[in-house]
Parts: sequence; structure tokens; C-alpha cells
Amino acid sequence: MEHIRMPKVENVRLLDRLSSRRAVVGTLYLTATHVIFVENGSETRKETWVLHSQISSIEKQATTATGCPLLIRCKNFQVIQLVIPQERDCHDVYISLIRLARPVKYEELYCFSFNPKLDKEEREQGWKLVDLNEEYNRMGVPNSYWQISDVNRDYGVCDSYPTEVYVPKSATAHIIVGSSKFRSRRRFPALSYYCKDNNASICRSSQPLSGFSARCLEDEQMLQAIRKANPGSDFIYVVDTRPKLNAMANRAAGKGYENEDNYSNIKFQFIGIENIHVMRNSLQKMLEVCELKSPSMSDFLWGLENSGWLKHIKAIMDAGIFIAKAVAEEGVSVLVHCSDGWDRTAQVCSVASLLLDPYYRTMKGFMVLIEKDWVSFGHKFNHRYGNLDGDPKEISPVIDQFIECVWQLMEQFPCAFEFNERFLIHIQHHIYSCQFGNFLCNSQKERRELKIKERTYSLWAHLWKNRSDYLNPLYRPGHSQTQGTLHPQIAPCNFLYKFWSGMYNRFEKGLHPRQSVTDYLMAVKEETQQLEEELEVLQERLANLQRSQSGNNKVKSKQQDKSKQFGLYTSNNSLANTPQEYSNDLKSFPSRSPSQGDEDSALILTQDNLKSSDPDLSANSDQESGVEDLSCRSPSGGGCLPSEDSGKDSDEAVFLAG
Amino acid sequence: MEFAELIKTPRADNVVLHCPFHLAVEGTLCLTGHHLIFSSRRQDNAEELWLLHSNIDSIEKRFVGSLGTIVIKCKDLRIIQLDIPGMEECLNIASSIEVLSTLDSVTLMYPFFYRPMFEVLEDGWSSFLLEQEFEHLSSVTNEWRLSYVNKEFSVCPSYPPVAIVPKSIDDEALRKVALFRHGGRFPVLSYYHKKNGMAMMRSSQPLTGTNGRRCKEDEKLVNSTLRSGRRGFVIDTRPLALAQQARAKGGGFEQEVHYPQWRRIHKYIERFHILQESFIKLVEACNDQSHNMDRWLSKLEASNWLSHIKELLTAACLAAQCIDREGASVLVHGSEGTDSTLQVTSLAQIILDPRCRTIRGFEALVVREWLQAGHPFQQRCAQSAYSNSKQKWEAPVFLLFLECVWQIHRQFPCSFEFNEQFLIMLFEHAYASQFGTFLGNNENERAKLKLPQKTMSLWSWVNRPEELSRFQNPLYEANSLVIWPSVAPQSLQLWEGVFLRWNRPSKFLEEAEEERINIIKYNKELQAKLNSHVMAEGR
Repeated sequence: MEHIRMPKVENVRLLDRLSSRRAVVGTLYLTATHVIFVENGSETRKETWVLHSQISSIEKQATTATGCPLLIRCKNFQVIQLVIPQERDCHDVYISLIRLARPVKYEELYCFSFNPKLDKEEREQGWKLVDLNEEYNRMGVPNSYWQISDVNRDYGVCDSYPTEVYVPKSATAHIIVGSSKFRSRRRFPALSYYCKDNNASICRSSQPLSGFSARCLEDEQMLQAIRKANPGSDFIYVVDTRPKLNAMANRAAGKGYENEDNYSNIKFQFIGIENIHVMRNSLQKMLEVCELKSPSMSDFLWGLENSGWLKHIKAIMDAGIFIAKAVAEEGVSVLVHCSDGWDRTAQVCSVASLLLDPYYRTMKGFMVLIEKDWVSFGHKFNHRYGNLDGDPKEISPVIDQFIECVWQLMEQFPCAFEFNERFLIHIQHHIYSCQFGNFLCNSQKERRELKIKERTYSLWAHLWKNRSDYLNPLYRPGHSQTQGTLHPQIAPCNFLYKFWSGMYNRFEKGLHPRQSVTDYLMAVKEETQQLEEELEVLQERLANLQRSQSGNNKVKSKQQDKSKQFGLYTSNNSLANTPQEYSNDLKSFPSRSPSQGDEDSALILTQDNLKSSDPDLSANSDQESGVEDLSCRSPSGGGCLPSEDSGKDSDEAVFLAG
Repeated sequence: MEFAELIKTPRADNVVLHCPFHLAVEGTLCLTGHHLIFSSRRQDNAEELWLLHSNIDSIEKRFVGSLGTIVIKCKDLRIIQLDIPGMEECLNIASSIEVLSTLDSVTLMYPFFYRPMFEVLEDGWSSFLLEQEFEHLSSVTNEWRLSYVNKEFSVCPSYPPVAIVPKSIDDEALRKVALFRHGGRFPVLSYYHKKNGMAMMRSSQPLTGTNGRRCKEDEKLVNSTLRSGRRGFVIDTRPLALAQQARAKGGGFEQEVHYPQWRRIHKYIERFHILQESFIKLVEACNDQSHNMDRWLSKLEASNWLSHIKELLTAACLAAQCIDREGASVLVHGSEGTDSTLQVTSLAQIILDPRCRTIRGFEALVVREWLQAGHPFQQRCAQSAYSNSKQKWEAPVFLLFLECVWQIHRQFPCSFEFNEQFLIMLFEHAYASQFGTFLGNNENERAKLKLPQKTMSLWSWVNRPEELSRFQNPLYEANSLVIWPSVAPQSLQLWEGVFLRWNRPSKFLEEAEEERINIIKYNKELQAKLNSHVMAEGR
């Protein structure tokens, strides 16, 4: 691998951000796909794996007496602080990582080398898990109002749209093409969600090229057609998700928004969601607050407010709530757009869909929702999440904000979602990881050209396979919260929006609740299921017993097994932890005995006892991915991890990779 | 005094009650000596609202024509509005409520009139005696003894008649030490850490004054808790500057020269009026109806409430860390030793001692470290966050403690036998109650008021099986370990169960709790069923 100047550095220190006392010494490895830090000594051999595609920035800080500090910030909000003894080594690692973290060709991305050892058929099955045709049928289209249009079959009208889009039946090809010429990047109004109970729909597009006075008959007819597709209502809402000022400024560039005088029967509405640049800066500011070393409460709250992040989240939610209300309560169709119709529009349409339709609150439905509103409608994943080296001004946490909106809703409606917080966190992780092909490129057209489905694997199949890890134990299909539309509290509600430490301080386990209610309840439910099965067997056996008098030994031994399993989650649950630095005053006072130190680390270990599908496992992160990757590339063919005592061969195996 | 004289209009019809998240209901309002009662006439929803006058923190009235409106703000932070037709009726009712909710005499309070409708299974007044605690202690160590030196409340008026002190210190020495400590609060045992034999003591500040007075008996007492060759920590809940200033008023701190085996750590835990102001600001922010996200966060920040929580938890964790990790004994005090001192010692016990995380154990902790230890409940809880009157003794000291417990509970949701409702219940009863438990400022006053004879104990009611079941945490699994909470700002949250209780829809959260209970219940049912099957088969 020509970009790796320095495949291995020894005696590197990994600092703990919360406690300077807890630095560990180990060896740093650079491979074709990962940065790996392996702790020295002890039988535990804790490892930290970071995918190159997760690296968002690398900072080389001034050399100190102890070495040269290197700060790696990741897109999944992990921050890694290393101290490398030699300045020269540090520089080499730095230069290598800069290049590795910014691939220039799609082929360099991890998903093209990632091999989960599935055969061709399994891979194809994986890609078929989410099927948008099926989804539109589920919604109730095509029907007498809506039909599929093939006007974009060769991406001839709009290259960022999918080939198959639903449009009102009365919208002819002529109207569509005409309308598309009057819209930014030719993104004409198309169906996002259809409510079969009352025929109201959510449509999406980009801004009209109206300038100060321009009109387009076909575009006006297009909006008429949308209105007519909902006979129950005599108008439609047109929602421009931008702040009014921004929309007005666009008019000077020949773009803009719909003039109510030109379109019959529309009600026009601005909803002020800020643009990608404001959002990028807001996240940056919030992350600075998250990174503060032992901040005071005021530092934290003030910084959080100053970042404006929660205000932006609320703005997106408010837009979604407005649209859901229009569709569900007023029975009015809505056309949503922003500028290009691929960022704010995607956020708002998907939040509204989620509020309206309980299906999207199931695990499968949520995958479908992302596939529908984000992937198929040309959300620019590559540009927004910086998968390939590109313009840093294009990067913005657009889908991160949508994911957070879902989390905020989960906090307010704890029984409404089939999936749990971990599911959201892992989706966020993989939007940046490039381990799966789902989120590559900027459009369906690019993905087809790249033959993503033949060359990579689908994230959805991977998550589905591990779905038991992602279940919300409180979800019950018959529960009232899983029915119908969700109505979040509108006012007063500011206090309902909370900082999501599970995401933004995700890797600082010490900050999170030490016992997980979700995991506990899932373990109980699992056991309940076993009990049900055993009970069934027993009842059967009992019935037999009444007939014959033999054989109760087997049952008894089974019963013992059960109690052992029960003990498993009991011990997990009663884990301890270690104190933080509550005071500086203690440092100079009696040092701890070594036995206490051992106890600490043992305790930390139990704490790290995480689910195997968890990508943030620091002990053996990317278990399938990383290990598989190394083994398939290693000339010696061994699946062993880089290790101090496994000698030179295996080291070479790692670094000659790629 | 007859309550009837204070009630000019005992009843009003066609009154409309407005509560947040409920439809307005029309009904009849009645005033009694201790309650405001509202009952709706509607057949389908014959709900009644009973409000203790002592729960009313403030009342506002306004008129539109002859329709009067009374806004009642309660100590449990609830706000209700009553529309009363007729100006005279409204004025009468408002003035009666004002008088009845601010009665001066303790003996006119409801607990002296309350007659329980339940059978008393266990008298709560004698459920938690220090003698029992001592018996428990005696099974592991013989270094301590019970002292009755304060039998007549003459050595320390705010202490209970009995205290646990080092065995080597006799009553005569205790009398001398009491003279050297503010308010006579000599160092007593607060907690004994069985794991390593370390002790946590609490007291008030030593009266060293500007000329550095010392007291040999005090030094001997404090040192007697140390193992030979070991050192201890004094955790002073005041910053050094404040402790130094206190010397001018006759107070002070333990100086290194006279207590060479002790190392002082100063922490800053806010006091009285600062806490009360913070409480008022926080509740104001929570009731703010504006839609502006920025204002919410800056108001939350400006209230400083969460900063107080963080400081308090940090100090408690530090005390626990000294004991469990450094293997050192600890002495905690501030000035009087009746507020921040008790917050720190009781929270440290929550962290260290699994017993305190059970229902029974937590009740015992509240009795031992708050009621018997002489936290002036009556002064501190006389008014809550809506009070306009400027009285200087109010402070949400106990509420802060409860919230810190809640913060730890949130981080260790499976390690507590009780649930959030239990903590909220204690908050409510500390401010207004039919029980006598939180009346008076110390054991001395309670004895004079003859509370055990004349009133019912809160514990007599809470510990009945049917009440207890409401306060049990379904996720509880005994955890024998020390639990170290995180005190980072990201780990601390506003206690919505108290502060947003009346401003947010609670339905969905209650449904979630119900699901949790059902999941556990069903599991236990199946286990029982399976076991009975196995037994049946065995036969």
C-alpha cells in the first residue's frame, strides 16, 4: 500500500480524555483500511480499530517532552488522542493518514474490499430486503389518482432522481418535462408519501426558477394535478423549508419560490430551517463543547445553547409536525421543497412520514424510509459525508439531524418504535463507514454505473441479521403508541429537546448510564420466551405423565440450565465502575495499592461487555469486518490479529495488505 | 381558634377548574379547615380534587367583570386556576385560602387533625431507632458506643438524645467538645464502611475564632477514628475564603498544626438563599411558555440549579472516594452542619452502602441523616418556588438531595429498590403532608410537640404492602458494589419528574413504565408456573 509510510509504531500512548491518569501504552498499526491500536501486555490485549473512512480530521500538535501528540477526530464522534515518541514517526503517520482518510476513487472505499463471506445469492437477497416498489404498493399506489411515470427512465429528465417516480395521473409527460425545466436541477414535484385513508399526499421537488416574475404553465398545471389527486381538499400547501430571507435572495439568481397569485389554490408557507453551512458550523460548535475537558455546568449549557444545535433540531421537527398535521388532520396535500430539494426536503418529508405512518417506526419500515426519502431521491451522501476527498463546504450533518429527530421522538414516545437507540447509532456509523454500499455516491444513477449491488453488500441485511440487538423491549404491535399518527407536544416544548450524549459522546462510556434498561429488559424477554417454550414442553410432558409414570429426569436438568442463564444477566447487571476525578486534591495523597489498580481494570472490562454486532466495540471492533479483511489479504492466510508475540510474519501480513 | 371563622364562603357552585393538559371542568368548590375540595358534577367524570391548604405556596386573584379567577400555585409546583362567579365569593375564598395556607401555629396543621383510614401495621415513629443501627454496627466493630449525653437536649439542642461516638471518648469529653463546636454539634458517626473499617463522621465547624482556640478533647475525638499511622480527610463544604471569614464570627476550621493527621479539602456547596433563588429561577424557566429554544437553555443555565447538583454530587463522590478508594476516614462539616453537611454524608452513603438503595434502608437514611440529625425541615420547607414573601430560612436543601439520588438512580437504574415516584413522594411530604414526620426542626421540637403521640408517621403509611407496591422499581436487582456516578454535565439531566411534571404530557412515559412492569411481572409469573409444574411433576 503505497500511502502507508509507517506501518507500525511502538510505545505509543493512547490518552483517556476524561482521565489523564488512564493513558495506556501500546503499538499503533496502519493498514489499508484501519488504524489499529493494540495495548501492550496483559492477557486482555484491548484493541481500538478505526476505519480510515471514519476519520474527519487529523491534528498534529506541538511536540512535548513525552512525545508528539496526534489528535484524530472521527465522523462517528470518536476522538482519539495519541502520543508518539518520535516526531519523525508522528509525521509519517500523519502524512499517511491524511492520504488514507481522503480517498479519491470509489474503489478505494472499504465496501469494495469488505467480505463478510456471503455467497452471491445471499448478497442478492440482502439487496432485495428493502424494495421500494413494494413500499409504494403498501402505501396504496398506483391507484386511480397516482401512477408510476417512466419519463425519467434513462435519467433523461433529472439525473439525481430515481428512474421510477410516482406522479398524479393527470400529469402528462409534457407537464412533467415542462415543470422540470422550471425547477432547480430539474427536480420536478414527485410523490414522497401517500395517505390512503384520506388521499392526502406529501410531494417533493426543488425550488421553482421563478426569479422576480417568471412563470411556467406546466409547473402550475403540475401543482393543480397534485391538488386534483386529492378530491377531498380544494387547496394544497406549498412548504418552503428555508428561512424567508434565503428564499428571497434566491430570486435574484433566477430561482425563488411560488407566487400565490400565479398558482391557483395553493397556500404558501415558509419554515425557517437553516442551510447546510449553518448546520455544519452548529455541529462543529457543539462538538467543541463535547470535547471540553471537565467543563462546568455553565460552560456546557452555555456552549450547547450557543451552538444553536437543538434549535435547528426543533425547527426540523416543527416542519415535520406541520406537514403531518396538514395531511392527517386537515386532509390537505403538501408540496415540500427547499433549494435543491435533497437536504431539508429529505429531512422534513421523512420526519413527517415517520409521524404519520407507524410502519416507518418499525425496523424494516425505517430502512425503507431512508431508502425512499434519502437514497432514491438523490441525497448527496458522498458530498455531505465526505466519503471521497472533495469540497469541505459540501459536508454537512443533514442525515445526522434526521436521526437525532428520531431519537428525540423515541424519548417522548418510548413505546412507539420497534427499534432502539443502538439501531440509530449504528446506522449513523455506517453512513460514514463505507463498509456497505448503500450510501455510496450522490444518486441512483451513479450507484448503478458503479454496479454497487454486484460489488458490495447491503447494510440493511447486516442489521436485519442482528435485529435482536436493535429491538426496543417496550415495543408491542398492539400498543396504542404503535397505532396511527404521533402527536408531539407543540408548546411549551423547548425542554423536551435534549442533548444526545449517547451519540455525540458515544465513545465516552463513563458518561452514560452504567446499567442499560434496554439490555436488561431484552434479557428478561428472551428468558420469558425460553420459559414459555419450556412450559409448553412441560405441559405436554405432564399430559403424557398422567398416562405413563416415567421420565421426569430430563425436565429437571433443563430447569437447572435455565437458572444458569438467568444468572448471566444478573451478573451483567450488577456491574461496578470506577470513580472519576472528583477532585484534584487527592492526586498528591496516598497512592493506591496495586491490588486496587487491578480491580479497576477488571471492572472496566465487565463494563465493556458489549454486543458483538456493535461497531464501537473497542476490544474487537469490526469483529467480522476487520478480522475478515486482514485474513483474506494476509499472505500467510492466518486470521490472527496483529500481536506483539506473533512475530514478524504476522506483522508483515498486516502491513503488506493492499 | 375555629377554622369556621376563617371561612366566610365555604362553598361555591359553577366553578371552573383549569389544569394543564386537562379539559376545563365545571363543578363545586368547598373549603374546609385544611382542604380545598373541588368536585365536578359530570357523571362520567366524577373526579375530585383535594388540595391541602398547606400545599398552597401562593395565590393570585384577578377579575373580569364579576367573574373572578384564582390562580393557585402549589408547593409541589403544580398550578391550577379556578374561575369563580361572583366577586364577593371569589374574594372571600381567596382570603380564606391565604389565611389557611399560612397558619403560624404548628399544632393547627393538618397532621394534628388527620385520622387515618387504614389500620396501622407498624408504627413508623419507632421503625428506625438509632439503637437498632448501633446493634447492626456492633456486629462488625466494637470501636463505637452509644452516648446518651444529650438525653435532655442540653448538650446540643439540634441533636437527637442518642448519638454514636468513639468508644474511647467519655460523656464528659463530649460535653467539652460540644462547647467547641457550633451549636454544640460534636462529631458523631454518620457511616461505618464495613469493607475497610473506615468511618465517616459529621459535625459543625470548630469554634477556633481569630485567635486559634483549640480543644484537646476535640482533637482526641477526631483522631480516635484513625487507625495508627493512617490519615484522614476533613471535607469542609465551604471554600477556604469563607471558612477563614467564619473565624471573625467565632467559627473556623481544623488547623493543620492541631490536627496534623488530617488533610482539609474545601468544596463549595451553596447555602440557603442562593439555593432558594436558584430554585425559583429554575421553576420560572420551566413554566416559560415561549417557543424560543435559546431562551430555555440560557434560563436553565442562569438558574444554576444543575451546577448546584454537580457540585453536590462531586463533593459526595469525593467523600466516598476518600473512604472506599483511599482507605481514609472522613469528617464532613460546613458551618452549622445541618444542611450541606447532611447532603454530603447521606449521598456518600447512597454511593457506598447498598442498604441505602433499598426502600427500608433509604427511609432509615432519611430518618437518621436528616430528621434525627436536625435538618430544620420546618424552616427550609415553609415555602416553595412560588412564594413571594421574603423569608430567609427557606431553601430546597432536601429537594437537592433527592434530585442527586435521582441522578444516581438514572445512571444505575437497576440498583435501587425504589422508583422515581418514591423520591417525588418524599419531596411532596416534606413540603405538605397529612403526616407529622417532617414537622418541627429537630428531635427536640418534635418531642415537645408530642408528634409521635399526636400525629401519624409517614412511614406507617408508606410501608404498608399496598402502598409499597407503588414505589417499587421493577428492574431492581441487589447490587452489593459501590456505585460511582458520573458528574460530567453530559451525564446530568433536569429532573423532569418534578420540574416538568405538570408541564408535559405524562401519558406516554407512564405507559412505558407500565410496559416495563408488565414485562417483569409476566416473566415472574412464568417462572412461578414452571416451578410449580416441576414440583407437581416431582410428586
